Amino acid sequence: MILALLTFAGLVALTPLLTRILSTRVFYLLAVLPAGVFVYTLTQTATVLGGGAVTESVPWIPQLGIAFAFRVDTLAWLLALIVTGVGALVLVYCARYFSPSEPQLGRFATVLLAFAGVMYGLVTADDIYVMFMFWEITSVLSYLLIGHYTGRKESRGAALQALLVTTFGGLAMLVGIVLLTAEAGTTSIASLVADPPAGSGVVTTAVMLILAGALSKSALVPFHFWLPAAMAAPTPVSAYLHAAAMVKAGIYLVARFAPGYADTPGWIPVLVSLGVLTMLLGAWRSLRQNDLKLLLAYGTVSQLGFLTVVVGFGTRDTALAGATLLLAHALFKATLFLVVGIVDHDEGTRDLRELSGLGRRRPALAAIAIVAAASMAGVPPLLGFVAKEAVLTSLLEAADAWGWAALIGIALGSILTVAYSARFLWGAFATKPLPDEVEHHSAHHAPDPLILIAPAFLALATLALGILSPLISPFLESYADTIPTEPGSHGVYHLALWHGLEPALGISAAIIAAGLGLFALRKPFARFQRSLPHVFDAARDYIRIVRSVDALAARVTLFAQKGGLPQYIGTILLVVVLCLGAATAFNRTWPESIVLWDYPAQLFVAAAMAVAAVLAARATHRLAAVLLVGATGFGMVVLFAYHGAPDLALTQALVETVTLVVFMLVLRRLPTKIAQHNKPVRRGRRVVIGVLVGVTMGLVGIVALGAREAGTLTDELARLSYELGHGENIVNVMLVDIRAWDTMNELSVLIVVATGVASLIFVTGRNASIPRLRESRARRQGIARTRIVDDPHTADEAPAERQHSWLLGGRTLAPENRSLILEVLVRLIFHPAIVVSIFLLFAGHNMPGGGFAGGVLAGLALIARYLAGGRYELGETLPIGPGVLLGTGMLLATGTAVGSLFLGADVLTSAYFSAEVPVLGYISFGTSTIFDVGVYLVVIGVVLDIIRALGGEVDRQQAEAGDAAPEGSGDEHTDARDTGAVPVATTAPVNAETPATTSGGRR
Amino acid sequence: MSASLTLVVLMAIMYGTGVYVMLERSLTRILIGFLLVGNATNLLIFLMSGRAGSAPIVPGGEVAADTVDPLPQVLMLTAIVINFGVTAFILALIYRSWWLSNLGDEGDDVMSDEEKEEAIEAENADELQASLESDDTAVLEVLDEDEDHGDDDGPPATPEPSERERDVMR
Repeated sequence: MILALLTFAGLVALTPLLTRILSTRVFYLLAVLPAGVFVYTLTQTATVLGGGAVTESVPWIPQLGIAFAFRVDTLAWLLALIVTGVGALVLVYCARYFSPSEPQLGRFATVLLAFAGVMYGLVTADDIYVMFMFWEITSVLSYLLIGHYTGRKESRGAALQALLVTTFGGLAMLVGIVLLTAEAGTTSIASLVADPPAGSGVVTTAVMLILAGALSKSALVPFHFWLPAAMAAPTPVSAYLHAAAMVKAGIYLVARFAPGYADTPGWIPVLVSLGVLTMLLGAWRSLRQNDLKLLLAYGTVSQLGFLTVVVGFGTRDTALAGATLLLAHALFKATLFLVVGIVDHDEGTRDLRELSGLGRRRPALAAIAIVAAASMAGVPPLLGFVAKEAVLTSLLEAADAWGWAALIGIALGSILTVAYSARFLWGAFATKPLPDEVEHHSAHHAPDPLILIAPAFLALATLALGILSPLISPFLESYADTIPTEPGSHGVYHLALWHGLEPALGISAAIIAAGLGLFALRKPFARFQRSLPHVFDAARDYIRIVRSVDALAARVTLFAQKGGLPQYIGTILLVVVLCLGAATAFNRTWPESIVLWDYPAQLFVAAAMAVAAVLAARATHRLAAVLLVGATGFGMVVLFAYHGAPDLALTQALVETVTLVVFMLVLRRLPTKIAQHNKPVRRGRRVVIGVLVGVTMGLVGIVALGAREAGTLTDELARLSYELGHGENIVNVMLVDIRAWDTMNELSVLIVVATGVASLIFVTGRNASIPRLRESRARRQGIARTRIVDDPHTADEAPAERQHSWLLGGRTLAPENRSLILEVLVRLIFHPAIVVSIFLLFAGHNMPGGGFAGGVLAGLALIARYLAGGRYELGETLPIGPGVLLGTGMLLATGTAVGSLFLGADVLTSAYFSAEVPVLGYISFGTSTIFDVGVYLVVIGVVLDIIRALGGEVDRQQAEAGDAAPEGSGDEHTDARDTGAVPVATTAPVNAETPATTSGGRR
Repeated sequence: MSASLTLVVLMAIMYGTGVYVMLERSLTRILIGFLLVGNATNLLIFLMSGRAGSAPIVPGGEVAADTVDPLPQVLMLTAIVINFGVTAFILALIYRSWWLSNLGDEGDDVMSDEEKEEAIEAENADELQASLESDDTAVLEVLDEDEDHGDDDGPPATPEPSERERDVMR
């Protein structure tokens, strides 16, 4: 069964391609699969017949006890045969029904085949959650199939209606399933039915919710309206989904649960009353339809009501009757839909007022239709008759109040059924006088004999199974026998054409006679129908409900989502304050002691930071705000350093420096003042929220300290990192070894961020080119030593220099922007800085440092080169793209992670090689060091990416803008220009502030 | 565990000021607020390691009695670097939005005009609703039309094109 489903999945994936090659012939190929599964299901017959079941199971979510469990017992066997058999025939029919020019044929074929597979999964699944999953997928696929003609309003509307109604029911069902499985402690449908949990309010509620799902899927009142609307789908879909398969899912579920749950309070009243009401309403409206397809659709609604009553009734004989009726209905209703499709196809209309004489012209088609319609009406010797006999007998046997109610309702409904069956045949095939104006509809297409295969096959089955009913009786009885017979009943019922002169036979005869009489009196009856007002119009109620939900949603959205980002953040923060505040208000744990400060300097540093934070919040100049925030960051460095966190202090200092530089690089292009157009508003409110958040977080900090009961893990971590990690710096060993997973995820985040920055600035891709001096290429070729440079903007101004300049890229800068001292300094300091960064990287295992600190330092060295020499200098310094660095770094990190797997250890397990090395002494080199090198490279890559984007690329864009608007130039921080002006070009990437930060970075 | 009141108060002040700035509509201000709140959060984690002590470096595996808890430090080291990445990203966003609008201050903005945006959203919602409604009405019309309202079995007032005709299959 699982193999069959996987084959379905595989073929579904191939179908679009196959359709492109085979066009409509693809349907023949696709039909082979359901036909094969049909045969496969037949091979299970022997097991099933003996009352056993074929089971398969693969664990899926063992924590919840959910498994891909499949189980074919008699009921599943019957449904699987119907689903695959009708599915194969409908696919064959599609091959002739559609023309190769049909739009979206590939999608249609794919979805239809997928539906067949999913339906097979639904009826064979034993795990109720897996069943539910298939259940919901059929809803989605049905949506796609109903909406096949996407250009038509009614298709789209009908598809959405079907989806909303069935998923609404599905949601109710899910709640019911969760309740039921929680109560029963199993997810297996077989165990749920065999051993139902003791009756309680919970079980009753659960069962009612599950019934709501089943009834919505099977289009019972009050959900019935979606099914006629779904006739907007192509006819094969109507035949398969909306007659034989999907709408049967609800019936299947009722039949599945009836043996265990029919005695649940409310089960019989709900199913019988809604079923009878649906049967009567559907048949009543069917009699009023002029469109043959809609006539059948309302007929299907009616029959589904009928089926629900019978399969839900819950005695052994009704179960047998229900299973027979299920089979009979699938056979005759699919046939009738296929016939309507052919009529529509050949005659160009489905309106019974425009059809005449078709029976004479298409005798074979008419014969097929007559067999099917007669089966629907319950005429012997067809399967429909056998089923109806069984139904009537079993309900007579039941002989209680609900049994009588069901019997009378079904008898009345059957009379209407006979009448609309006769009307269908008459409407489609009889010779009627037609007005001249509709003559042109006749004989649109030449009849295609091949298209008759599928309906003929189904009609033949209806006839054969009817005559051979005693032979199929044992098969269906093995399902019915799961319900124990009540003592005192008239023995067990068997299917047969002839049971002798029983009451049921008399009732059947009376029904057929009355139905034909009603058909004969159709004109007065139609007048009578028209004289009655519309009493039950669920479709309009549905629209009203959906509209009001839409309107409510729109109002809620308008109410909740105005005010933009500040309001969202404000709302989030208020919730934080309320929740955390409430939690801390009821708290009883306070720290053992609260000291004013750890050491006196702390107070001064904190005071300075607090002042800087408040001033940063009030600053209106960008530069001032950034510097003040930077001050709080550097304050953190001091706190860390004093507190016993050298790694943090080092990293924070380096990162803070890079941040400042990057800030400057962007700020040089933005207006001096913040928020000229967005004047700060609602100051009072912001102050209140700010104070509330601050106070809450302060309390949280104190309370959290007090609540901490367990001691630190310091000793244990120290042991781990020294003995297993071979490192003395616990923080670093934790980063690259003990908590290396964390670090790896962090590296991924950094790569995403770098890519984000690059793609925001380099609109066309960051790897397009690394700006290089033309000369450097020439130099490699040994031709010239001093020549012009690439940059079109500076080439004219910059005088060609001899090779003895301090930085190669420096000459690309305008003379007024160059600083010889800076170039000299950078030239002298760059290499030592790189050496120190590598030292930090390797020393980090035992001393403060590590990949992060080393990487940021190396990044700073690169930044210094850029600041002194411009963007060309950056390309000359590091002629590879940041992508290479990021990729190599990540490869090293993941390489060590995966590598340990190959050696049979867990992910990220580290190994060590120790040796006595001259000069360096005792060296312990581990795989975690390789990991740290990965970290180092990624960090450099990130810094490089950022500096290339926000530095070099911004320079280039600025130069371009400068060409366009050359009137403005000069240092923008001293330039008191108006806001709102065109971006002002400055040819200098370096401004007054940046050298200071550069020197800060060289520590 | 004991706490240093100074650090707690500092953290509260940084949270407060950070939130205050973050609630503005200028992207630069939001970034300033983000940095302050980021530092405050680092401080909160830092507080959890308790009183000051000696660095978690263990020469020869010897753990000093006053060694600080290394776990918060590890978490913070990660947080510091991630903070930097996000800061750079927001900066790129600021620059990009400014560049796109190319109108100086206006690009540095979360949204242009609150009321206008609201109106557009409301309009979109109405349009969507109207389109869904017309789909449903179309379904009703099709179903109603086919129902027998006129003379018994007489010809339809207007011949309905069939599914076939509407799609021109062959």
